[in-house]
Amino acid sequence: MRIDVLLFARLRDVISADHLEFEVEEGTTVSQLAEKLMASRGDERVRGLPLRYAVDETFVPGDYRLRDGDSVALIPPVSGG
Amino acid sequence: MDAQSTSNDMTVEITDDIIDTAAFVGELRPDGGAVVTFSGVVRNHNDGREVEGIHYDCYREMAQREGERIVDGIKEQFDVRAVRLVHRVGDLNVGEVSLLVVVTAAHRGDAFAAIEALVELVKERMPIWKKERYADKESKWL
Repeated sequence: MRIDVLLFARLRDVISADHLEFEVEEGTTVSQLAEKLMASRGDERVRGLPLRYAVDETFVPGDYRLRDGDSVALIPPVSGG
Repeated sequence: MDAQSTSNDMTVEITDDIIDTAAFVGELRPDGGAVVTFSGVVRNHNDGREVEGIHYDCYREMAQREGERIVDGIKEQFDVRAVRLVHRVGDLNVGEVSLLVVVTAAHRGDAFAAIEALVELVKERMPIWKKERYADKESKWL
């Protein structure tokens, strides 16, 4: 399955992209996708960073099972206000 | 909403522009005896370092929707009339307003309680990130 991943803040800086397409197997959860992405593209600045996840602009739990064409946002700790 | 409600009773805005506090509050319908505002402002220091400004990154579409969900929840939970929220993104200088919220209610107790809850939820749930720029030219995501 092809998943569009949106990146923000320090994740965008470290991975040097604001979004990328990622290939995952059927049944992959959003947290598994994040782990794969961190292992392949992350570095020490973002490993261990507690992430939240959003699909279609709505927070989802880490065990959310991805569907083909999902647009996933990896949300590092927020600091608005 | 009652029949007299106007469209500016509940608004959420993400903006690149300077926030005009007086205009924002002045647009409110004068039907609440209590009007409470909170401004988040870029301060000139943090963690012992001199701050020159802050860059705010944002997942804009989601911040808008999450802001609307937060405002809806506040209206459900508290006896308030208007709830308005504007968050600025991009590059801000020290002293500039990054977040402005206003709540109106018949009585101050409801307005104070609602605005505190509102600001907490904004800081917990809106997908917005700040990167501080320091006087020594370094910068850091918070």
